[in-house]
Amino acid sequence: MLGLDPSISRKSFPGLRCAAPENDGHVMNAAPIELPRWADSGLVPLVSVAAALLVAGLVVLGIGESPIEATALLLRGALGSAEGVGFTLYYATNFIFTGLAVAVAFHAGLFNIGGEGQATIAGIFVALACLWLAPLPGFLLVPLAVLAAAAGGALYGLVPGWLQATRGSHVVITTIMFNFLAATLAVYLLVEVIGKPGSMQPETATFADHAILTPMHRLLAPLGVRLPATPLNSAFLLALAALVAVWALIFRSRLGFAIRTLGANPRAAAYAGISPARITMVAMAISGALAGGLAVNEVMGVQHRLLLDFTAGYGFVGIAVALMGRGHPLGIALAALLFGVLYQGGAELSFDKPSITRDMVVVIGGIVVLFAGALDGLFRRLVAGGLRVGKSG
Amino acid sequence: MTIPPVPAIELAGVSKRFGAVQANRDVSLSVPSGSIHGIVGENGAGKSTLMSILYGFYEADAGEIRIGGEPRRIRSPADAIGCGIGMVHQHFMLVETLSVVENIVIGAEGGPFLKGGLARARAELAKLSSDFGLAIDPDALVGELSVGLQQRVEILKALHRGAQILILDEPTAVLTPAEAEQLFTLLRRLKAQGRTVILITHKLREIMDVTDRVSVMRRGEMVAHLATAETSPPELAEAMVGRRVLLRVEKAPRRPGAPVLEVVGLSYVDERGYETLKDAKLTLHAGEIVGIAGVAGNGQSELLELLAGLIQPARGVIRLDGRILTAAERNPARLRKLGLMHVPEDRQKTGLVTAFLAAESAILGYHDDAAFGPGPFLSPGAIQAHARAAFAAYDVRPADPALKTAKFSGGNQQKIVLGREIERAPKVLLVGQPTRGVDIGAIEFIHRRLVALRDAGVAILLVSVELEEVMALSDRILAMCGGRITGERVADAADERELGLLMAGVGEAA
Amino acid sequence: MDALATIAVILDSTIRLSVPLLCAALAGLWSERAGVVDIGLEGKMLVAAFASAVIAAQSGSAWAGLLAGITASVALALVHGFAAITWRGNQIVSGVAINMLAAGLTVILGNAWYGQGGRTPTLEGAARFGDITLPFADSARESVPGLGLLYAEVVSGHAAPAYLALLCVVLTAFVLKRTRFGLRLRAVGENPAAVDTAGISVAGLRYGAVVICGALCGLGGTYLAVSQSAGFLPHMTAGKGFIALAAVIFANWRPWQALWACLLFGLLDAVAIRMQGVVLPGIGQVPVQAIQALPYLMTVILLAGFIGRATPPKASGLPYVKER
Repeated sequence: MLGLDPSISRKSFPGLRCAAPENDGHVMNAAPIELPRWADSGLVPLVSVAAALLVAGLVVLGIGESPIEATALLLRGALGSAEGVGFTLYYATNFIFTGLAVAVAFHAGLFNIGGEGQATIAGIFVALACLWLAPLPGFLLVPLAVLAAAAGGALYGLVPGWLQATRGSHVVITTIMFNFLAATLAVYLLVEVIGKPGSMQPETATFADHAILTPMHRLLAPLGVRLPATPLNSAFLLALAALVAVWALIFRSRLGFAIRTLGANPRAAAYAGISPARITMVAMAISGALAGGLAVNEVMGVQHRLLLDFTAGYGFVGIAVALMGRGHPLGIALAALLFGVLYQGGAELSFDKPSITRDMVVVIGGIVVLFAGALDGLFRRLVAGGLRVGKSG
Repeated sequence: MTIPPVPAIELAGVSKRFGAVQANRDVSLSVPSGSIHGIVGENGAGKSTLMSILYGFYEADAGEIRIGGEPRRIRSPADAIGCGIGMVHQHFMLVETLSVVENIVIGAEGGPFLKGGLARARAELAKLSSDFGLAIDPDALVGELSVGLQQRVEILKALHRGAQILILDEPTAVLTPAEAEQLFTLLRRLKAQGRTVILITHKLREIMDVTDRVSVMRRGEMVAHLATAETSPPELAEAMVGRRVLLRVEKAPRRPGAPVLEVVGLSYVDERGYETLKDAKLTLHAGEIVGIAGVAGNGQSELLELLAGLIQPARGVIRLDGRILTAAERNPARLRKLGLMHVPEDRQKTGLVTAFLAAESAILGYHDDAAFGPGPFLSPGAIQAHARAAFAAYDVRPADPALKTAKFSGGNQQKIVLGREIERAPKVLLVGQPTRGVDIGAIEFIHRRLVALRDAGVAILLVSVELEEVMALSDRILAMCGGRITGERVADAADERELGLLMAGVGEAA
Repeated sequence: MDALATIAVILDSTIRLSVPLLCAALAGLWSERAGVVDIGLEGKMLVAAFASAVIAAQSGSAWAGLLAGITASVALALVHGFAAITWRGNQIVSGVAINMLAAGLTVILGNAWYGQGGRTPTLEGAARFGDITLPFADSARESVPGLGLLYAEVVSGHAAPAYLALLCVVLTAFVLKRTRFGLRLRAVGENPAAVDTAGISVAGLRYGAVVICGALCGLGGTYLAVSQSAGFLPHMTAGKGFIALAAVIFANWRPWQALWACLLFGLLDAVAIRMQGVVLPGIGQVPVQAIQALPYLMTVILLAGFIGRATPPKASGLPYVKER
């Protein structure tokens, strides 16, 4: 690799960077098979999701339930009532944040599997802010707590980024280790330091009323909109803002240009005078800050206290969301909505059909990651073949 | 009249195409058994492809291979090994973390357990080293050996598998002269044993020294088969380069101005510790084109990347406008601001982002320019408008900046890069392989642009493996070989044969 | 004597806690030495734990459970191989997918079949691997002071899969170092082109390694569900596959070192459990979490090159594409 900034050492895990050195595309559009853009960004993810749902349907069939009935129950549960929609959007909020987090790192050619850990640290930061800054009025406290979450996540993403940029330790491995470190730290703090005295549960005291995010049904009540009480809260609006902000960052800013250049072609980035070390760190910090949004929604918006394991695997499903959304905020919004539907619908479904637990969503997520991510080449080949048959037939 | 012995290798009508590139066209070759046969040609002439076909790395599209008179299909390296062919690749196929003897037995272990095979290989190594003087410690880790010894391991590996035909691809490129001499001694001994050796090189001196016969390749075709004793370096050089339709570029006599870029004692040591650029010295004046002639891999790329700030020198100074560049200034972003622009040798891997829109590729390296948007933002309108203007001025087709960069032909991609680098009125322009993979029409356009730029007072350093191009465009020509600048000629007085000798390291400095 | 008994107990639980790590670490070692990075060790162990518990419960035979565990894990390993080797997909992405699939599927199927929140029925008798008492263990305890106790408590008294896992260390070391397959495998992880030009199939070797990786994860998962516990519990691997990944890095991709690394991590775990609530004079209560965090922390520090140096196989993570 003549001409690459030597500070990005590949001494550890040379091959683990998202962008394989021999092709100049990043993980999401690196496949050698050329497809029209609409097929590339629309059809390929759609086909892989359809295949994933098909496999999930087979699993449902395998445990002796009807996939069609299950689908109907799921859709009704997720979208059939205002309450269902509220829950669906609440879950989607989490997926938007974690999906965006993964996507920003992807654009820089980095694989951040550390969303869970970054959200955990963000949760600690946000809880400390809400508890310690309680004397402040709400209009100061709430933004500060949100900023604390972003700062916590950013810091915890920055360190692996820094280790990658300056020491060559691979981001994938360090972020995995950091997930466990964050989890252990959270246990220690909740059990020994900031836990609610006298509680058997590892949790903090409940935040003051002015230190939480407004639930959507209360937020919209003054406008005459009457909604049932759901966990959906103003963090959803923050997530929408994050979608727009990430779109502007990646596709409309100079920094985003540098991030995309590094991710798509590290040599071209060096040639363009873009510092790989700096961009690696910046991208990881932004990615971590976005993962912090998960803590804002869960800790400040719903639980109103810090609980153990509030990240509940949302960080990993975020990988599926980012892959399916092809790293574009619009795609991520749609994918997050799909997973929101699956989560909420799955919860309702497991009431009616106790044998189909919500873990089905994790399975679907896994298959989506496999199909839209690791087997991208196969699915492109399939779609390309289908298009050719379509043309000639 | 005696019946001629059956040749060790015969190729008849071998052709191979990679996409649009015809790498080999109707190649025929006959190598007598027990001889050393040289194959020469410029970079990209198709030598390596031909040998890869012989070794089963690729299958030929057409043609026949006969080994010892028998037609054989060679579809994999295993087939080739079965035919008694061994190959020493230019980049060694060795496992650095394994010992010498382990490397030698891979693929010929002689059973599921290593003990016996390793013992036999050890014994054979001892025998080979006494037969051929190939002393080597069988338990040394290959990664800790010198390059010369690593090559020795490659040769031993082939011999251990019973290779009767040994192909060596540019074997001396990484050797010191003394090591090269040892290698030739070995090759002569192998020949004396009745084995056949094919030597691929571009160094004519080696051909003259060691081969019995030589074949010349040019642009994928065999152009000459000669007996070494009956030919001469000038004749070979001419056959390699060919009598081409002379490329003419209309240009006014040069009027060089003040020196703009001066380089003294510039050296580069690569990651493996080889000095791939040695003590380079050159001066570039305003309003002149200085061309570097050389076979690829002789230090030109390093020179270009050093000057562009992509890699850092081991020694030496670079002066821009009479001022020594500091380490902090030797990075592409700063150099661009100082007026040193760079059209890189490999536009696809370095100069563009093929996954980006063409309009985005057209601002690569200039994305911090205030013209492209307010504050930290980039305005798609401004970027597109800029690209539309640039594409019109540089005749980029299709003139659609919203297309993906990958969709443009090589020539049009090159015009995007060239337009981007020269529109900002550089003081110095570094240009690498400006017309590689570019169609005729675009070549002419690019050449006219470069000459116009020179007439406007820009100092241009041109690196090209196309000697013809260097001769047509340059005012002065420097030849490079083995990381050194081996000679300088004024372009009008230079002749192709003489330059070819300088490039091959035969000449004043060699 | 009391101290010795305490040490014996800690060492005994060290071994018990190390065995699943050891299996997964050896699995990761095989895969990565061949150039295929596998962060799906966790998922494969989980699937094996589930499959082995189900079959052991149905058949009443722990050995049938082991076979099922290995089969399930190898199947998942082949999925990884298909993505990583045949389709040259991103190996990290594929590993993440396998972990997610395993985490979800085991709970769904367990819940659908047994309706106990994902648990499988409690294993008893021959359906569970019992502890094996090695010869002379009882007599040694009595007759040889000190060492006899250690032999009886620490060396003897483990289940068959634990001894199998230790045997696998020896086998792995032997096969890698002294056999044709091992030599080729080491070569393919460092420079696949060298293997290809020697006329050997790169994909074939890598598939072989991936299958062995699956089998070893199968052994580890089975040990968890059919020996250490008496049945499957949702998410029972609890990150062991990732600690094993750390152990591989720690061991610098070598089998004997992997054994020591796993024993070290197991010891840390055993001590952490032992230290729960213990107040040390002068230090006070040591937070258990600090000890639990050590493997991860040490791995990060090692990777950053602050202590020693981790040198992974050169070609690991890189799909093999012939160069033109």
